[in-house]
Amino acid sequence: MADFLMPALGADMDEGTLLEWLVKPGDEVRKGEVIAVVDTDKAAIEVESFAAGSIERLIVNPGETVPVGTLLATIAEHAAGEIAPEAPPASAAEKAPVAKKKSAAGKPAAKKRPAPAKRATEPPHLETSSPLIRHLAEELGVELDRVHGTGPGGAITRADVTAAASAAAQPQPEQPTRPRPAAAPPARQRVTPIARRLAAELGVDLSGVTGTGPGGTVREADVRQAAAVPAAAGTGTAGAARGAGADGPAASSAQARLLAMRQVTARLMARSKREIPHYYLSETIDLTRAMAWMHDRNRELEVTERIVPAALLLKAAAVAALRVPALNGFWVDDRFWPGEGVHLGVAISLRGGGLVTPAIRAAADLPPLELMSRLRDLVTRARTGRLRGSELTDATITVTNLGDQGVELVYGVIYPPQVALVGLGKVVERPVAVDGMVGARPVVTATLAADHRATDGYTGARFLSTMSELLQRPEEM
Amino acid sequence: MNIQQATEAIEEVLGQVAPDADLTALSPDADLRDSLELDSLDFLSFIEGLSKRVGERIDEDDYQKLATLASASAFIAGRG
Repeated sequence: MADFLMPALGADMDEGTLLEWLVKPGDEVRKGEVIAVVDTDKAAIEVESFAAGSIERLIVNPGETVPVGTLLATIAEHAAGEIAPEAPPASAAEKAPVAKKKSAAGKPAAKKRPAPAKRATEPPHLETSSPLIRHLAEELGVELDRVHGTGPGGAITRADVTAAASAAAQPQPEQPTRPRPAAAPPARQRVTPIARRLAAELGVDLSGVTGTGPGGTVREADVRQAAAVPAAAGTGTAGAARGAGADGPAASSAQARLLAMRQVTARLMARSKREIPHYYLSETIDLTRAMAWMHDRNRELEVTERIVPAALLLKAAAVAALRVPALNGFWVDDRFWPGEGVHLGVAISLRGGGLVTPAIRAAADLPPLELMSRLRDLVTRARTGRLRGSELTDATITVTNLGDQGVELVYGVIYPPQVALVGLGKVVERPVAVDGMVGARPVVTATLAADHRATDGYTGARFLSTMSELLQRPEEM
Repeated sequence: MNIQQATEAIEEVLGQVAPDADLTALSPDADLRDSLELDSLDFLSFIEGLSKRVGERIDEDDYQKLATLASASAFIAGRG
């Protein structure tokens, strides 16, 4: 029998909320099959089974928040012998509290850990928050100096930031950072982190949103709905959203979704152009070798595995980001924070309109074939609305490929707080002089839009020349 | 497979790849990628679906023969 536990979906995660079971007892599951959706401080994440078998018992109910390592379900593995499960039903109820105790016991120990070494040159709050927390705080418009950290050593956690953001939405001037009194409404409004972030972005007052998730949890869709539907009371930026959505009550949910998505993009791009001093570089890259290598490979490969040029270009961009790390990360608090790994955001247009930029994690480490299959998978899931939460929050640099639309040169807009955006045009045949002879060769124009606060043109140029060099040796990628 | 059947098979696969596309408005000689706004991944899915449908491997070198509904129908009709 295999235990399905609350996974640690990030270094800073110590508990998670089970949002939804995608299976029921008796269901057959394969290894790697998504069986549950778990909400963490970061995002709603689809969680896969590490065992193959049939679901025996679901122990934790949707809506429950439990520590990492808590038994969520048991899976009867196939071909694992005929041993009958020994545990009586009551043990299920006992196991969760045990896990809770363990976690509770673990916390004081964690607090004993020495705080990270302070650097005198940094603002005072820096040592108590990580770059990603600052990133989140910036997105939500939260001033970290005013946030009370509840993590180990007073570190500010995601929960602290989101709590501060929602507190700001309902100001309580006298006790801005204290926990709410016990006399407050019995159950604190449950809001998924994605929904909370979205609400902040769209200026939606969460107190007026009705949750349709388990136990009344406010989900992303509820916020989008609230943003697009005229509400009785509203302030700030939501006014425009509501006005625009108020054309008629018949506006479909698809239209509402489009509008909300447009507004998120609008806000982000306006901020980018307002705050980021962009500089632009371009380089025309000879793809003769890359295309020849790709065609050779594709002759051997099954249709399902074939590579398209975009996969090679993405691979080159990812490796270039690894080699020129100054372009891979975030500009937050007046300084650059390098990304932990190259998570390549890919701008994907949705059929019917809209844009999402999920990330391919650790893209520089993936062989082109693997990158290709991830790309296909990501595009398919983006277009069917089945992205995993982490994919939408992790990009350290983004690529936009407009080649399929016939565009040759892309002047991109950086996704804040990232510091670079790579634009890829169409692969076209152009006359190219090589050794004094002119011949027709396939070329692509790669552009880089970069944040001049974080880097200078010299660094940007190095990025593009690295991409070009990589594409001259496709067999080594 | 005759031309008629080939066209139907192609339209069926296109319907899966681009569910929102209006295939009735598609001219037989129009470029499929342009008319249906297929990107390179969509086109690959189209090839994949078609290959499955006719039970034969379709090579990259043959992609140009699949550029329009008319040319693709002629190409497929000789197979599957």
